[in-house]
Amino acid sequence: MQQRWGLPIVAWPSRLRPNYWDCIALPLVLGTIVLIAWAGQQMSVPYHIGEQLAISLDPLNLPEYGLRTVLRMALALVASLVFSLGYAALAAKSRRAEKVLIPVLDILQSVPILGFLSITVTGFIALFPGSLLGYECAAIFAIFTSQAWNMTFSLYQSFLGVPQDLREAARMYHLSPWQSFWQLEVPFALPQLVWNMMMSVSGGWFFVVASEAISVAGQDVKLPGIGSYIALATEQRDWTAVGYAILAMLAFILVYDQLLFRPLLAWGQRFKVEAIGQDEVEPPWFLIMLQRARLFDGVRALYDAVMSLVSSAGRALPRPRRVAPFRMGKARWVDVGWNAFIFTGALYALFEIVRFVYGETGTREVLQVFFLGFVTLIRVAILIALAAVLWVPVGVWIGLRPRLARRVQPVVQFLAAFPANLFFPVVVSAIVSFHLNVQIWVSPLMILGTQWYILFNVIAGTLALPTDYQFVASNLGVSRWLWWRRLVLPGIFPAFVTGAVTASGGSWNASIVTEVVRWGNDTLVATGIGAYIAQQTEKGDFPRIALGIAVLCLYVLLFNRLLWRRLYSLAEERLRLD
Amino acid sequence: MPDDSRLIYAEQVCKTYQTAATPGRLVLDHVDFALREGEIVAILGKSGSGKSTFLRVLAGLTPPSEGRVAYRGQLVDGPAHGIAMVFQTFALFPWLTVLGNVELGLEAQGVPRAERRQRALKAIDLIGLDGFESAYPKELSGGMRQRVGFARALVVNPDVLLLDEPFSALDVLTAETLRGDLMDLWVERRMPTKGIIFVSHNIEEAVEIADRIIIFGSDPGHIRAEIAVPLPRPRDVTSPRFTQIVDEVYSILTTVPGREPGRRGARPETIGIGYRLPAASIQQLVGLLDAICAAPYSGRADLPHLVESEHIEDEALFVLIEALQLLGFAQVAGGDIWATPAGRNFAEADLQGRKQIFGDQLRGHIPLVAHIRKVLDERPGHSAPEGRFLAELEDHLSEEEAHEVLETVINWGRYAELFAYDYDRGVLSLENPT
Repeated sequence: MQQRWGLPIVAWPSRLRPNYWDCIALPLVLGTIVLIAWAGQQMSVPYHIGEQLAISLDPLNLPEYGLRTVLRMALALVASLVFSLGYAALAAKSRRAEKVLIPVLDILQSVPILGFLSITVTGFIALFPGSLLGYECAAIFAIFTSQAWNMTFSLYQSFLGVPQDLREAARMYHLSPWQSFWQLEVPFALPQLVWNMMMSVSGGWFFVVASEAISVAGQDVKLPGIGSYIALATEQRDWTAVGYAILAMLAFILVYDQLLFRPLLAWGQRFKVEAIGQDEVEPPWFLIMLQRARLFDGVRALYDAVMSLVSSAGRALPRPRRVAPFRMGKARWVDVGWNAFIFTGALYALFEIVRFVYGETGTREVLQVFFLGFVTLIRVAILIALAAVLWVPVGVWIGLRPRLARRVQPVVQFLAAFPANLFFPVVVSAIVSFHLNVQIWVSPLMILGTQWYILFNVIAGTLALPTDYQFVASNLGVSRWLWWRRLVLPGIFPAFVTGAVTASGGSWNASIVTEVVRWGNDTLVATGIGAYIAQQTEKGDFPRIALGIAVLCLYVLLFNRLLWRRLYSLAEERLRLD
Repeated sequence: MPDDSRLIYAEQVCKTYQTAATPGRLVLDHVDFALREGEIVAILGKSGSGKSTFLRVLAGLTPPSEGRVAYRGQLVDGPAHGIAMVFQTFALFPWLTVLGNVELGLEAQGVPRAERRQRALKAIDLIGLDGFESAYPKELSGGMRQRVGFARALVVNPDVLLLDEPFSALDVLTAETLRGDLMDLWVERRMPTKGIIFVSHNIEEAVEIADRIIIFGSDPGHIRAEIAVPLPRPRDVTSPRFTQIVDEVYSILTTVPGREPGRRGARPETIGIGYRLPAASIQQLVGLLDAICAAPYSGRADLPHLVESEHIEDEALFVLIEALQLLGFAQVAGGDIWATPAGRNFAEADLQGRKQIFGDQLRGHIPLVAHIRKVLDERPGHSAPEGRFLAELEDHLSEEEAHEVLETVINWGRYAELFAYDYDRGVLSLENPT
């Protein structure tokens, strides 16, 4: 028999053979790396105060500006993630830390985000003299403050909610605290965290646009980005540029949504303790790509390696094997000391604040600012009511049609993410050309971006109403009005409250941007605490900025405690569907 | 005297739950216990008798307030190596696959990857899970999930296995299969485990598996009785000896303390206002009493039979039987239950008549009801806030228990139309809504 020799065949193991998805994945990965490197370089270019950064309205610059805006977003998101992991873990683990950290977080949540910007920007500039990095940091910090609190709360709550049996299993099988943090607590918190991250980023877009054009104490810096582009377009009354900016923003948000959050949400499903059929998310194309492309096997191997490193690092840490013995007497004394320490600290801080603010202002001005706050309060209340009247019927109408709702929901989510400030020029020029009342017509701007939360939640609430209830109602021949009063309104109430809380918080925050608006040389100023803070920020009058922020903060806290918390507990206790 | 065959033992273990508000409530009262090599011990008791807490003390998950626990002579002051636990709710990590879950304990111990994998696969094979290695828990049925729970426990080669109601979240058929498989492993010595402690509320299950049954009494939890089960394996559940032991356990568990036979006719004054009333629903009470009074029982029933014919879980049965006894509708002794004259009258009465009789029994036998009625009668507006009664109850019970008891009493009182309750305002009153 003749032996036939052929060419040797290179036998690729099937695992290593590239597949179609790699064709998309490879350029994406390389491109991203290059872009990040380039944009990072741009951030630290030398800069001297007073220098004008050239922003051009040429639409060809928009991709670059957009990229830099997106990068700021991403950095802020990473910072928020790191911050919230640490903060929430500390609050959930230590009873003493919790006592301080959680109320502080609650207050931080009600401080207007742009207030952080006005106060911190000078500090950041001093940190990096001769470089743009200070301004970049200030802008990123502002975005960070719009995301971090909400994510931290979500994590903290999830950490507290880890089921007892899983905790016991982790201890029984000797996971160290470090291991169970990464293997139990963080995975458990993931689905909710991803959802909150998405919501936070929606809010972040608004502030990234507002924080790129920084004008504090006579300094006017426009960091290259979509926000600065729109600010310039507004100054120059350039309608086409405004249009371009809106289009570019649309594209960038769409990309963020498709490439980051849809995959994250779908992936997060895996970590849910309960498998709920309704919530199953269709795997988005990008996730499929990530999972199918061989290229990413390497990424996954890297992830595995990091995780096992994390877990072995944990082994090196000392582990408290002993169950903490009960030493009531000693613990109590530490508690007393700790409480005294906190109390003294708070008193001292209060004293310093009063001295700082009062030295510059006076009782009259403080009262004046409280009055301004009240005006803004009226504005917020009326707007929320109007939005409710408008969106509740619409939301119910959509929610009753599940197929339509499924299509509308991502659109509404998208609208919520879209920074409403891009539309301000349209409204402002309308007010100017039709000579409308500024006090009234500036107000809708406050709710432009946040009203969608009401619609979104009402749709979700209506969808969740059991169809049985509707069958019963139609079976009993319930009239239209009765149907609303007895079935729909109580049924969607909890969802509505959730939406309204978010919308109202957003509106307070937006007041700083919306009570003073410009279009070219026309500046419209409405009476309100937002306008007060904005004007003082421009002047760089720190005691007055602090006063404004403190009063605004107080109003938000009171509004939340007296109205929303009560409605919330009412909804929790009486109108829950289970 | 030191006893070398003791794997794990507890001496004079007390457990007090302390909160900021209450001075501390005793849930375990001087419990002495030992597990010997080669032994399976079942712990039975009503819900709230502290049996799960005791298991957690043995596991080192929660420290005893007094007394001590030792495993192989070493003081247990945290989860010990060599003790593994299987949970009622499985407690699997949903984001890990079957393999990942089983490997978890080994990973925590720092076992190298290759060895980890090999041992995990062996455990998975042993418990009959092969083919499911890459599945996530949510893809599995309850029975398969609990098999993962067992594999995770067995993979660390435990000396002692603690099982916390491992079969009670499963349906009857699945539970039986898994139980059978576990017993096969035990009898054939295919697992390294030397002793098993297992908490249950299913009496037959306990008699089927255990060499010894410990029965816990409530308020505070203590060991009430200990019964040896000297039957050869595999056990014949229809044998007279088996039935006899089951009957014996039933009779211990269903006798209200202080009313043991021989003290027949002991007056209901033995319970006070702060007695932890069983949370029995009216519908089930009425249903059970009807069943006892109707054919084939005609007023007297054998408890194991009743459980079978009425499809009641043992745990629910204890609650109902205690309530019937407290209300003076039935009496229990020797594994039998029979209706009292009041119980028979109730069963024969019409709806209004039943309410009347129920009301009379409530006022006569349940001090808390009599107390509430008295307060409402005396108050000018004939109404009182629930907080008042809760505060009184909390002198004897935990906050949660006080709420439970008040809820039970409100349900009973509403049925008997003794008083009304306004949920929104949290007010008890004599008037019904107009």
